[in-house]
Amino acid sequence: MGKVVYEKSAGLTDSPMSYCPGCLHGTIHKLVAESLVELGVLDRSVLVASVGCSVVAYQFYNCDAVQAAHGRAPAVATGIKRVSPESIVFTYQGDGDLAAIGTSEIIHAAHRGENITVIFVNNAIYGMTGGQMAPTTLITQKTSTSPKGRVENQAGLPMKVSEMMAQIPSSYYIERVSAHNVPNILKTKKAITKAFRNQIDGKGFSMVEILSTCPIGWHVTPVEATKFVESAMVPYFPLGVYKDEGEVRS
Amino acid sequence: MKILMKGNEAICEAAIRAGCVGFFGYPITPQNEVPEYMSTKMAESGGTFVQAESEVAAINMVYGASAAGARVMTSSSSPGIALKQEGISYLAAADLPCLIVSVSRSGPGLAGILPSQSDYFQATKGGGNGDYYMPVFAPNSVQEATDFVQKSFEVAERYRTPVMVLIDGLLGQMMEPVEFSAPNIPQFDKSWAVGPRNGRERNIRNSLDLSPESLEQTNIRRFKRYDEIIANETRVESTVQDGDEVVVVAYGTSARIAVNAIEELGAAGIKAGLIRPITLWPFPNAAFQNLPASVKHVVVVELSQGQMVFDVKLAVAGKLPVHFYGRNGGMIFESPEIAREVTKIVRGE
Ligand SMILES: Cc1ncc(C[n+]2csc(CCOP(=O)(O)OP(=O)(O)O)c2C)c(N)n1
Repeated sequence: MGKVVYEKSAGLTDSPMSYCPGCLHGTIHKLVAESLVELGVLDRSVLVASVGCSVVAYQFYNCDAVQAAHGRAPAVATGIKRVSPESIVFTYQGDGDLAAIGTSEIIHAAHRGENITVIFVNNAIYGMTGGQMAPTTLITQKTSTSPKGRVENQAGLPMKVSEMMAQIPSSYYIERVSAHNVPNILKTKKAITKAFRNQIDGKGFSMVEILSTCPIGWHVTPVEATKFVESAMVPYFPLGVYKDEGEVRS
Repeated sequence: MKILMKGNEAICEAAIRAGCVGFFGYPITPQNEVPEYMSTKMAESGGTFVQAESEVAAINMVYGASAAGARVMTSSSSPGIALKQEGISYLAAADLPCLIVSVSRSGPGLAGILPSQSDYFQATKGGGNGDYYMPVFAPNSVQEATDFVQKSFEVAERYRTPVMVLIDGLLGQMMEPVEFSAPNIPQFDKSWAVGPRNGRERNIRNSLDLSPESLEQTNIRRFKRYDEIIANETRVESTVQDGDEVVVVAYGTSARIAVNAIEELGAAGIKAGLIRPITLWPFPNAAFQNLPASVKHVVVVELSQGQMVFDVKLAVAGKLPVHFYGRNGGMIFESPEIAREVTKIVRGE
């Protein structure tokens, strides 16, 4: 008998994932699922799925789930956590969901210091609706609503969400990572695990921003997509810990 | 024992006594006493109070808390209820119970803060997307407001639907003696709620369904529940009797004023009866069937430019002339004014 060296996380269901080739939602789902299993909280975890390509994430995570309206996941998570504090509540949101329509909800959930975990997937585009410009779309990046490339004097500069969230007095832990290659995937896993550990320890609001790809929306191959993350996104969205009250306070 | 209480505060007290454990709201006149009262009393009773960043957030907190199986509520007034419509549609779609208290003011837009009944459409026809209804109770006194708040939680949980209690700023601000009954709400099955699983199958509260075949069936099933609500929960008060020449139709605050107008009409020799819809959805259509042959006119009075009048016309189905009299913008009719208008109609002036 061979030895099992790798298997699908018990935190994921057997449902085939609906994501496009080269999209990193699947990779990120796996990291989140592994963290929940390793921390021993899968059985009391509640996913708040948002609106975007990951709208059906509740089919993939092997835990309870609530599907929220576009942008409202942090408010829905607040409601769940307040009446069911023993639940481990996390939102999974794209950049259209969190950084455009849901800016109010994410900022105020952090302001209240809600003891929840936010997984924020920044792919610099609206994937699900066919590749429109997002608040995080880079200058000169072409999308279906910025066909000549994003122009600063029309759309402003791309929103730096982690930098903004770190300024909020009551946020606890804010880190930006990337899932585009193996060393960064390992760092992403660590950050996700920490964000859940904080919730288990009752520390308050944690958000992990994960740079991700959208080969279909960007009109590039999967390999070119990971290169775009490395060469264009990481320089504008620097990786690192933006806030860790655990470090400050300890 | 009766205590003297403001409508807005009595609603809160009733909700807490009915086992409400979570309140999520945002300030807006004329319902500010609700979040204010809840901010202390909810904490005292061990529940959750959150002053949300907006009505949009508040209704979505309700959505989450309800999905976790908690008995929860929100309250607001006209422009704030407008912002809750998206959330109400999602609550209806995900079959989640909750109470929404609407203390209406004048409109449209920011308009004024004085009482009005111009949110009948907003309450009964909804502004959220999709095929759904929401039971709406329209009390006419502080006592009824407390009774229906408690009843609302029961209806919400029995049929798994958001429920609204609609009053106007006048009932919200008015003080009246009120007695709290010991609410006896059955324990409804909430095995669908999310939270710690302890080995059970996972629960998903959701409204997304990309399969037209299954979505159609889901919506048809929900409408079967609506049929049960129509059969079991429709409420109306009617004083119409044989010999009445005219039926006055009014709800909430207007109904109280109409009662006086009907007395005044009687003294002047015009026999009138009152139909007071207590549930606005389901609308009490049956009360308009088989009216005595003596009835020649139906007069709807509302503190609006005429909204419920359309439901009355549907119920009357062309069998009688349906007239309307209303004031709006925060202007409130007095009973002689209604009596005068009804007299003109009856006399064909
Ligand atoms: C209120 C509302 N407005 C718009 C939409 C349409 N919509 C669906 S997904 C989406 C964008 C999601 O983009 P993002 O959050 O970046 O996630 P991604 O699809 O890229 O993973 C939009 C605008 C909606 N469902 N609801």
